[in-house]
Amino acid sequence: MPSPPSPSPSRSTPGWTGIRRGQHHRPLEVIAEKLIFAISLTAIAMVFLIFLFVGREALPIFAGRVSSAANQESKPIPVSEMDKLSPDQLRSYLNLTPSEFKEMDRETLQALMEVRVDAAKEDTTDRDALVNTVSWRYLLMPYQWTDYDTPVYVWQPVSKIHKYNIVPLIVGSLKTTLVALLFAVPVSLGAAIYVSQLARPNVKEWIKPAVEMLSAVPSVVLGAFAAIVLASALQSLFGLQYRLNAGLAGLALGISSIPIIFSIAEDSLTSVPRSFTQAALALGASRWSAAWQIVVPAAIPGLFAAIVLGFGRCIGETMVVLIASGNAASLSASLLEPTRTLTATIAAELGETVVGGHHYRMLFVLGTLLFVVTFLTNLAGDIVMHRLKKRLEGRS
Amino acid sequence: MTRRFAKTRTDIAAVVFTGLTGLSTALILTLLAVILGYLAWLGGGQISWRFIFGGTDADMFDTAKAGVFPMLIGTAARVFLMTLFVIPVGVITALYLTEYANPTSLLTRIIRSAVNNLAGVPSIVFGLFGVGFFISFLGGTLDSFTGSPEPRWGKPALLWASLTLAVMTLPVVIVATEEALKAIAPGLREASLALGATKLETILRIVVPNALPGILTGGILAVSRAAGEVAPILFTGAAYYLKDTPHSLTDQFMDLAYHVYVLSTQSPNVEQTRPILFGTVVVLLSLTFLLNIVAVLIRARIRRRLRAAQ
Repeated sequence: MPSPPSPSPSRSTPGWTGIRRGQHHRPLEVIAEKLIFAISLTAIAMVFLIFLFVGREALPIFAGRVSSAANQESKPIPVSEMDKLSPDQLRSYLNLTPSEFKEMDRETLQALMEVRVDAAKEDTTDRDALVNTVSWRYLLMPYQWTDYDTPVYVWQPVSKIHKYNIVPLIVGSLKTTLVALLFAVPVSLGAAIYVSQLARPNVKEWIKPAVEMLSAVPSVVLGAFAAIVLASALQSLFGLQYRLNAGLAGLALGISSIPIIFSIAEDSLTSVPRSFTQAALALGASRWSAAWQIVVPAAIPGLFAAIVLGFGRCIGETMVVLIASGNAASLSASLLEPTRTLTATIAAELGETVVGGHHYRMLFVLGTLLFVVTFLTNLAGDIVMHRLKKRLEGRS
Repeated sequence: MTRRFAKTRTDIAAVVFTGLTGLSTALILTLLAVILGYLAWLGGGQISWRFIFGGTDADMFDTAKAGVFPMLIGTAARVFLMTLFVIPVGVITALYLTEYANPTSLLTRIIRSAVNNLAGVPSIVFGLFGVGFFISFLGGTLDSFTGSPEPRWGKPALLWASLTLAVMTLPVVIVATEEALKAIAPGLREASLALGATKLETILRIVVPNALPGILTGGILAVSRAAGEVAPILFTGAAYYLKDTPHSLTDQFMDLAYHVYVLSTQSPNVEQTRPILFGTVVVLLSLTFLLNIVAVLIRARIRRRLRAAQ
């Protein structure tokens, strides 16, 4: 169905009673409606702007216009000679786009030049120094750096050679998310089935707000609780080598994602028409078999959406993993070792980067990646829920 | 014979099924109780008049002298500013969606989808957005207009943190307001129209006043959500330590939730500062829970009315 660029009055004001009242000739009404419509587009505009402005900072890396090679081909220019260069020369020397160049003040430029000079002083015979570590090959594939015995995946932005392999971070995110979902999904779905199908109405009335209360616990509080209370408990219980590890972070992440999985699952189970259950009960089914064999199958897409949205929430959760994961950006499959996620990396490192530098841009690349992943999971969950509700409402 | 067998099996399955789902529910409630109870127990001892209303001028890591008042002020300032931005936009969007929009049109669907999507964007991405859009782009542009030698707008500030949070909490306000608008009996609108009021008059005089509790709920939930968020303000305005509370929109601020983060990761002596950490947690939790309970109570009233209206 094509959408009108601005709603024509006849379409957008069918009238609550279906009576046309000739109000479209009143200028105030028309202006107000247009204004309300324009403001209601804010949500769309914001999603668009987020993508645009997070992506904008990351774009030079996607386009391959940034080089992090410590040893550039040309000789570095001493900072004292800064004024001898024309602005254009200075700009091309520092590999900046015109708009970036304009945004920077003199001190930032001097800092960038100092970085160049320092970098050139480093051992120029090191072959790693010639490597542009922000090109795709080094972002995704293992590489055998000097002093390493085998090709490795390493994220190590603050070192002589800036190593930006994002695989350890992606694995860290997936690892904690997996633990979180393994814990949160069965518990949340079970509770959703119980609350929506089996609990007595008066019990339901206070369980539901109680579970929703869990979402009122700020994630930073949950992180602090996990890192200090839960970590010590688990360590002394299982004799773990590391206090903070991927499993602990996953567990805390699971707790934080219970409310969203629960509420979406509960919502989709409740939206199954009561006539389904009533028909099953009338045919002699027990309460649980009506729930298990009739209501749950009908709501399966919604339960799936709950899991998908829970996944999106876990991948994007920052404070819990920042505090409880131990923050070691090393690649390992073990759940008992410290790990580091995409989100925690951004939170931990953005404050120390030079605005416009390659490290800064790499963190925006991670942000863009996160945005795209959560956008797709949200969209999928949204579409599934919409279809489910439409189907169930159509049937009832 | 087979029938009887089936029935026995069913009974066992019924017990197992009901037991497992009930157990999951019990587990969640226990988790909530344990977390809250333990935190209250750990932090309760630190709570005193001095702690809540005292400054940090002496030493923010000294258990006896620490206070969270500047952080409370910072948090209050950022969430108050946020409501100024988010409530008008959120309420107007909800008004469009319920009062004007054609519910089946593609555009309405896209707006709803965008709202849901905005609710799912990771909070750290909002932080990046705040840096990329508000600070670099808007702030940078403002600075080049005013031509100030040092960045006045193009740096982390109270204003940018509030705006970032406003974008983040927009869906909360929209969803809560919409629910309230739907709970208003159609008969009220029809009566107003039948008496000759225009659509705009009906909305301003009948619909909005009746939806005020719902709008309030949305605002409270947004405040509660924003008060606990750290990731969006990490780079857009929160500061580790400041001598003073913020005086203008371009000042940075200390913050309650950010302080919890600082104390749990960057404390010079974790053992020693633990009481301060949990004291701060208790203050923060009391704040968000109090707000949430109020919102839940108002919402329960609206839902009862919604059922009556249908």
